Amino acid sequence: MAKRDAPPRWDRKMQQRLARGEAAALGELYDRFASLVHGLAHRVLGDERAADGITREVFAHVWENPESYDPRQGPLRSWLATLTHRLAVQRLRTTEIAALASDGTADTDRLERKVHRASVAARADYIVTSMPTPLRAALELAYFQRRDYRQTAADLGVTEDEARRRLRLGLQLLSTAHEAGPGPGSGGTPPGHGGAR
Amino acid sequence: MTAPDPSGPDSSDRVPPGPGDRAGRDPHRHDAGPPDDGDGGGRGGRAGPDRARPPRIPTPRSSVEDTGLPLAAPPSPTPSTSAGSAGPPVPAGSVPPPALDHQVLKALLGAWALAACSPAETAAVEDHLGGCGACAEEALRLREAVGLLHRPESLDLDPALRTRVLESCLGRRPPRIPVPSWAMPYDAETARLDALLQDIGDAEWHAPVRLRWFDGDEPTSRRTTVAGVIAHLLTVDGLVAVTLGLDDPLDTAADAPGPAARTEACWRAAPFPPTRSVHGPWREQSHNLVRTAAFATDGGSGRLPVPYGDFELPLRDAMLDRAFETWVHAGDIADAVDYPYEPPAPRHLHAMIDLGARLLPSALAARRRAGLTAPGRTRHLAPAGTPGRSLRLEIEGLGGGEWLIPLDSPAAPASPDHEVAHVALDGVEFCQLAAGHISPEEAAAGQLGDREAIRDVLFAAASLSRI
Repeated sequence: MAKRDAPPRWDRKMQQRLARGEAAALGELYDRFASLVHGLAHRVLGDERAADGITREVFAHVWENPESYDPRQGPLRSWLATLTHRLAVQRLRTTEIAALASDGTADTDRLERKVHRASVAARADYIVTSMPTPLRAALELAYFQRRDYRQTAADLGVTEDEARRRLRLGLQLLSTAHEAGPGPGSGGTPPGHGGAR
Repeated sequence: MTAPDPSGPDSSDRVPPGPGDRAGRDPHRHDAGPPDDGDGGGRGGRAGPDRARPPRIPTPRSSVEDTGLPLAAPPSPTPSTSAGSAGPPVPAGSVPPPALDHQVLKALLGAWALAACSPAETAAVEDHLGGCGACAEEALRLREAVGLLHRPESLDLDPALRTRVLESCLGRRPPRIPVPSWAMPYDAETARLDALLQDIGDAEWHAPVRLRWFDGDEPTSRRTTVAGVIAHLLTVDGLVAVTLGLDDPLDTAADAPGPAARTEACWRAAPFPPTRSVHGPWREQSHNLVRTAAFATDGGSGRLPVPYGDFELPLRDAMLDRAFETWVHAGDIADAVDYPYEPPAPRHLHAMIDLGARLLPSALAARRRAGLTAPGRTRHLAPAGTPGRSLRLEIEGLGGGEWLIPLDSPAAPASPDHEVAHVALDGVEFCQLAAGHISPEEAAAGQLGDREAIRDVLFAAASLSRI
């Protein structure tokens, strides 16, 4: 999608419009990022309603605290992903702790493993959607369409060397999802950063 | 080949084809399943190389350091427990590994992890992993990364979620520059259509669509494509854009200023039929219209006249009209590509019906001028200001209500004392009638009173339709 490559100017203008209290800007923000936000939240929480709730929280946070996003620190997209990730993991932890408390078993190791897995899965999703298109296309062919790397090369019109390089590089980027960074922005993509609580 | 995860419950997530994909819509769905599902045949090398020599692959360090948790179980079960998928691991001896050097083998690791190498290469890589710690470590990392590949979640967000999220935000912090209430139906309908367009494939943009409307009392239609419909919406929304001082999306001259002539000019101007490339400009303009309407020079009252050629509408009604047209054409598109499409939110539907009801008196007058009304006992004109004969239009269902329609003259106020007929119709049915999608004869209307008056009103409703 062309939208992904929009210039940072868009981010800056959006931030200003939100700060000015322009309701139409909020609608545009939602239209551009709701599926990213909802998708990440759903990956962490595995539940439609819970993902709806996180989506509401994320947009409410931006709308109420537009100054918490600083365009100089990086793209709005990765900032929103970081915020979503943090809120969703928080929610997961709260619900899981409540569930543990109610059935009396306090298996916190299992809880932490679950939180960690969900967190890695969401970071991985974000990395895939944010990686350069040629890498994503190669992974798409080799994994989802089960093409071997020679067929992948032919499909993409690149050399076999290049296809091998893209597959390896794509997986290398993806493997950074295991590194617990500040959020899905870590590794290969602009770093996530604080600012939103 | 799924990265082994003994703790299990998550692994079902790793089946790649998105469960949310609509049946038959995902071009890849026939290819469903991760590469390790039922290979074994074909490319023999794909039989889970990770199971071949698990002990040689070092355990990952990162998970320990990052979480402080105890190590997960070893990354790969023994070959005997690798239940389910595929045939036996490639026996190392069966394919003599080609002599490849470290650099070449390292470059193959990504393809190897995805089981996208030839059997000989697979064997060579695995042979190499036994002796090269660095490659073994990377191999494990990449293999684990493969387990993280998912189809993205379905993009189908509930359109009602948009409304709920935005309302909840605006409730927490009231906007300094709100979207005027009369622009909200357009905002919502363009968002719904946009979601539909995001969801359809390249080929579907060329699906044939038949646009239907009434010309006088005659049903008419015109063939175009999904992309042609969006070009039409872009061009006619352009009437409002120009009024608001935005760029005219139509860069050739039209024969006449109205919607039909503009649409023809737009379709005629391009040497090729429109493609999905109209999507971006349409969406950008629709966002700009909502944004600019909030700043419109007349202080948000929406009275700025928007010229439609042979008539004009105040901005607030023009935006409602565009919302209505967006919904109607989104329905045309949804039919063409076989998607479900719901009616607008009740309060938006109500506003659209209200616009239709308010336009009926002048539509009746136009029919009279064209000599289409039933001759005879109708009193053709009432003096301005005196109440004239009236028809009670009762719209049922969500978004419905009651309207009194003056029959004799747009200038004569309607009055319950002069009610000569009563028509009851479902809200969506009324809109379908006003869109020209059903004929006045077909409209399932409950009728009471003056049959001629009722017939005139139903035909007048159909005459509101345009291309």
